[in-house]
Amino acid sequence: MDQPAINPTIDKVNKGLKRRYRAERRFRIFGATAILSALCFLFLLFFSIVSSGYKAFQKTFIQIDVFFDPAEFTNENLATANFPGLIKASLRSMFPEVTSRSDKKDLYYLVSPGASFQLINLVKNNTSLIGQTKQIWVPANDDVDMLLKGNIDRSRPEDERRVNDNQLTWLDKLSRDGKIKKTFNTTFFKSGDSREPELAGIWGATCGSFYTLLITLSLSFPIGIAAAVYLEEFAPKNRWTDIIEVNINNLAAVPSIVYGLLGLAVFINFFGMPRSTPVVGGLVLTLITLPVIIIASRASLKSVPPSIREAALGIGASKMQTVNHHVLPLALPGMLTGTIIGMARALGETAPLLMVGMVAFIVDIPHGITDPATVLPVQIYLWSDSPERAFVEKTSAAIMVLLVFLFLMNGAAVFLRKRFEIKW
Amino acid sequence: MKKSILLASALIAGMFAGSSAQAAGRDYISVVGSSTVYPFSTVVAEQFGKTTHFKTPKIETTGTGGGFKLFCSGVGVENPDVANASRAIKKSEFDACQANGVKEIVEVKIGYDGIVLASSKKSAPFKLSRKDIFLALAKNVPDPKGGDKLVPNPYKTWKDVNPDLPATKIEVLGPPPTSGTRDAFVELAMEAGAKTFPFIHDMEKKDQDMYKATSQTIREDGTYIEAGENDNLIVQKLEANPKAVGIFGFSFLDQNADMIQGSIVEGEEPTFENIAAGKYPVSRPLLFYVKKAHVDVIPGIREFLAEFTSEKAWGDEGYLADKGMIPMQKEERDQVAKDVKELKTLTKKWKPIFPFMLRK
Repeated sequence: MDQPAINPTIDKVNKGLKRRYRAERRFRIFGATAILSALCFLFLLFFSIVSSGYKAFQKTFIQIDVFFDPAEFTNENLATANFPGLIKASLRSMFPEVTSRSDKKDLYYLVSPGASFQLINLVKNNTSLIGQTKQIWVPANDDVDMLLKGNIDRSRPEDERRVNDNQLTWLDKLSRDGKIKKTFNTTFFKSGDSREPELAGIWGATCGSFYTLLITLSLSFPIGIAAAVYLEEFAPKNRWTDIIEVNINNLAAVPSIVYGLLGLAVFINFFGMPRSTPVVGGLVLTLITLPVIIIASRASLKSVPPSIREAALGIGASKMQTVNHHVLPLALPGMLTGTIIGMARALGETAPLLMVGMVAFIVDIPHGITDPATVLPVQIYLWSDSPERAFVEKTSAAIMVLLVFLFLMNGAAVFLRKRFEIKW
Repeated sequence: MKKSILLASALIAGMFAGSSAQAAGRDYISVVGSSTVYPFSTVVAEQFGKTTHFKTPKIETTGTGGGFKLFCSGVGVENPDVANASRAIKKSEFDACQANGVKEIVEVKIGYDGIVLASSKKSAPFKLSRKDIFLALAKNVPDPKGGDKLVPNPYKTWKDVNPDLPATKIEVLGPPPTSGTRDAFVELAMEAGAKTFPFIHDMEKKDQDMYKATSQTIREDGTYIEAGENDNLIVQKLEANPKAVGIFGFSFLDQNADMIQGSIVEGEEPTFENIAAGKYPVSRPLLFYVKKAHVDVIPGIREFLAEFTSEKAWGDEGYLADKGMIPMQKEERDQVAKDVKELKTLTKKWKPIFPFMLRK
């Protein structure tokens, strides 16, 4: 009865249906391709970093027999004895056939300059070693390390190699005698920066990052939360607060190096704070993290429904009690998430710290907030600029450590959010 | 309410005062300056820190110019003690120091550094003269047809510049204008090459600005590519592109001698021996400057200077030579060591030496 009237419409719809399904499928394919290519890039990034960095977690040692000649230890300060000379004597006795000046120099080159520091510590801790001969595993030089890890091609002609033929012969002999070993590189995690790649470690930079983030967290968290609570709950809604809100949103987008310049001008030049210390670095990072925390906290406070506030006020709570006992605890998970994300960003900042002097070669491990220190991303930057080949793998290894920290922090943020989130 | 505000502001003021008091007790040496001297300064600092009871000096790279700016801002613990430099201090910087109270400065020359034009070992090494370098890289060159006019650089291949060179495109990767290496290269290689043209040589006395613009400006048409301060990156690019040439310090050539080779400039290969003997023409002195006023206030400066000027550091067999620094001749080393021990200061009546005077 109504069929002829409805049919044309249904026909039209049916005709367009195939096209619609096709368009939908295309859209889904685009979305899947986008995600796939993002994952590909991510995989490429991890692969390139891990493949160049995983070898850094191993370190090569050479076993030498060191005779602690009492004739060398005449001075009261044991550190001034000629430890490099003792090591050289030991190498000569292991390879007595090496006589010419340049050959001897090549032989001495097999052992790291850090070996003498290791011996100094051994003798300082145990002075009875003087006069004895002991077998000690000392770190090998970075080129030997590179050779054993396969980064130096043995098949190339001699002048295209950093390790010459003589050195290869000696190393082969040492390896046949079982005097070369590769172990887990604890030096990388325990020592500070060094000019010798085999002695360099990230512990100094990690401590520096820790102290800097400690200052940042202890300053930006209370100030940020307090500012957000005031702006959201107590401040009157007028033109001034609108301007403040716009400014805070803009500050979150300001390039971080501008904060570095501010830190240089105000904290170092005006207040006279010491350069290159976690105090100044922490203050600069606080300025960067504050807008992020304030914005996240405000969003979190806004999400608490007004019914909670009204209910609290209705049963006789004062404004302060409403905020402190009811609104704030409910908004805290969101505030924490914002804080952790802000901290993760601060951990990776390098440019602002450049201006306040934290891009420096610092060997000693910092023990406080006023000791000179550097941070992990800066350490990566300094190593990437060094000429020694062995620093390439160290840079990648340090990047891996930094990424692990960032994953942990962001993972903690996601976990906290999922766990304590309240779905109104 | 008023009491808590007063308490809060007192706390904050106390915190800042406390931190400035901490700055007053600085017990480590603070070094700023050139990124070329940085690799050598850091080795000595590490040795010094590990073998003495003093704290390891803190070394920043700010560039030579930036280093002098910080160094000359005054005397006091908040200012650095030592400034590394890949060129001698300029008269304007010296005057700025004097004006800000930094009156007694000790100059310490530590050695030489060669600037190499390196290319990948996959191709044959270039044999260049400084005149070729100037003609290949300057923004304005003398007219190829002859005469005293300057025209924008028309040369596209090395063969255009000098018929003996290969017919490959000129592609040079070098440091940016902020780098001391660039200043040194421009002055030692390009300016010397420019002066082989008599009319440019005469221009120096007649029109300083024009002379500087002619001899020291590098072309901007894409032939000279600024490859940033990261010399490792330049080495990698040279490996990927065998026809390109890279400009950087000798220590990078030394560390990567299995992949790259230096160009031969005016018959001299850039080897350790040639640079030490003064035969390789593109080399410059490395120095650092110390404030005499800080010497007995910050602990360890005398011992640091002693370590730096010891034979085991800067000698022919020293650990600085292992890192790629070219040592001075023995007589010069002894003289500088003696002057440093006495803390001989720069006097106002000093002769304005060319910043990159060749050692002859």
